[in-house]
Amino acid sequence: MRTISFSQATLEAMQEEMRRDPTVFVYGEDIVRQGGIFGQFKGLPEEFGDRIRDVPISETAIVGAALGAALTGTRPVADMHFADFIGVAFDEIANQIAKNRYMFGGQANIPLVIRAPDGISKQAAAQHSQSVEGWVQNIPGLIVVAPSSPATAKGLLKSAIRQNDPVIFFEHKVLYPQKGPVPDGEYFTPIGKAEIRKPGTDVTLVTYSIMVQKSEEVAMELEKEGISVEIIDLLTLKPFDTATILESVKKTHRCVVAHEAVVSGGLGAEIAARIQEKAFFHLDAPVLRVGAKDRPIPFSPVLENYIAAQKDDIRKAIYAVLYREG
Amino acid sequence: MPYQKKEFPNRFTALQKDAMQNLLRTMIRIRTFESRVEELFLNKKIPGFVHLYIGEEAIATGVMANLRKDDWITSTHRGHGHAIAKGAQTDRMMAELFGRKTGYCKGKGGSMHIADFSVGMLGANGVVGGGFNIAVGAGISSLIKKTDQVAVCFFGDGASNRGTFHEALNLAAVWKLPVLFVNENNQYASTTPTSFATSAERIADRAKGYGIEGYTVDGNNVIEVYNAASALIEAARKGKGPALLECLTYRIKGHYVGDPEKYRTKEEVQKHFVENNPITRYINYLKDKNLITDAEIDAIQAEASSEIAAAERFAEESPFPEPEDALDDLFSFSPQEFPEAVR
Repeated sequence: MRTISFSQATLEAMQEEMRRDPTVFVYGEDIVRQGGIFGQFKGLPEEFGDRIRDVPISETAIVGAALGAALTGTRPVADMHFADFIGVAFDEIANQIAKNRYMFGGQANIPLVIRAPDGISKQAAAQHSQSVEGWVQNIPGLIVVAPSSPATAKGLLKSAIRQNDPVIFFEHKVLYPQKGPVPDGEYFTPIGKAEIRKPGTDVTLVTYSIMVQKSEEVAMELEKEGISVEIIDLLTLKPFDTATILESVKKTHRCVVAHEAVVSGGLGAEIAARIQEKAFFHLDAPVLRVGAKDRPIPFSPVLENYIAAQKDDIRKAIYAVLYREG
Repeated sequence: MPYQKKEFPNRFTALQKDAMQNLLRTMIRIRTFESRVEELFLNKKIPGFVHLYIGEEAIATGVMANLRKDDWITSTHRGHGHAIAKGAQTDRMMAELFGRKTGYCKGKGGSMHIADFSVGMLGANGVVGGGFNIAVGAGISSLIKKTDQVAVCFFGDGASNRGTFHEALNLAAVWKLPVLFVNENNQYASTTPTSFATSAERIADRAKGYGIEGYTVDGNNVIEVYNAASALIEAARKGKGPALLECLTYRIKGHYVGDPEKYRTKEEVQKHFVENNPITRYINYLKDKNLITDAEIDAIQAEASSEIAAAERFAEESPFPEPEDALDDLFSFSPQEFPEAVR
């Protein structure tokens, strides 16, 4: 094990895959001249020449061309700069990338990765702070992943690049500088599998991305109060690992879902729905959801903190499913 | 609308007689296919929507005669002609229109999503302007893999008003991609005349804004289309970058089969069909130069008719897919491997 940052971990994944396969290439805004806004592409231009490219500010072309490239025998990695800009390329994602393989009867694979830095960071306000996994959750044909640590970032990015299907890779901006242990040598984090971050017996806490560490902090604190929380890190948001969630809920009989995205229409709704469909009689309390209030992310730190889900919201939800006073 | 004519090298004259006749054969095959599709749709044999390429055959034919099998094209909702000219089989196309298991897309696509990746036909597209960036991506593939493959993007006059047009042409120009953008200006975007909806006098004029070459040709003259495409595709293949070719044509049929066509007169359509029919014009040329006989023309038509009749039989005799087949083909892995994905 080594200790490296999240952005270094994604860089290693890119290096390893680009060395292995000459058809892997990456492009996006400001990734050559600037090394990416979080330094996550530093050093690639020196090693890989024109297989890493800066592009004009043309998100529609970035995503649409990734599809064309993938359909014709290469493995593009397209960087969205900010996940919020997926909106600019939404037709390409919803109507082209997600549908092409299916509507052409499986004639061609679409091995592409869309890297999408997301989440609340440094008071970037409404158009640079979103978690938009809910936008794409409703579209059949996409795989969506969200690492929570340097180790899962590297392992998931390598899996995403090797996947013969379109993968949206949501990477939380706050995670980039954070360091953590990463295995030596080559490894993969499997797509479609959740990981149990912390075993527990009283409440299942399903979460992902930045909220994993917040959940871990809350769980440590609650441990002192005698509450044992099982934390499931989803890692793959679509298709997510229902089996692991159900198994845990059947053990704990209580569940909270926590994400940074807004609650309405979020992943938590789908998770809660599946639990009540498949494990209703195992539940001792309603499944509760923790997420942002139904507003754009505001600028002023006071306002931002109010709208965003906090550790205290997770704690309160856990008390509530245990019918305890918070 | 007047336009500046560009004299391209006349490579057409270097073709063998056979190759010249093959251009006619392709146009007649497209016309025969489309005419029969119209009847079959009206007879309710074909569900959904169909958009016919009748009157525009010279463009797909003249362009595709300059492409290799391993070159790529992106098509439009009006894509049958492109598919045929690129080398797709009419029987599997017809089966797709009939919604059968033997169709190119196993009945999942229909007319608007017909595709044949084995001949580089990257798909018709139900979103107007959806093909621009796919063609750009194919051009990027050519660069990354260091091949000399070329991508051709067909698009209508309406699509030139999409934002995708702008982003694709700019990116293709900046990266000098081997992409030829072929505009089929058939005078109407659905019901809206080009002159009403398009700010530029000529769509080709827009090329200037991207620093690339743009030309307008008579899209109903297969020789003009052939010569222009020949020069521009060769340039793209040699690394000289993209170009925009506007082919002026006329949509003889409605936007879709069943269109009440309240936005134009029957006389207008008839005048174009009589005076500006690309097939008649080319036949007249070939006969005038003694490059074809009436018997040869009859033989080409008979061959096309029997091919399309056979395609129709193949489609009609093919089974429908099983209902559960609707779950397949979303991902590269099977539902059994990854049941959550097809839940």
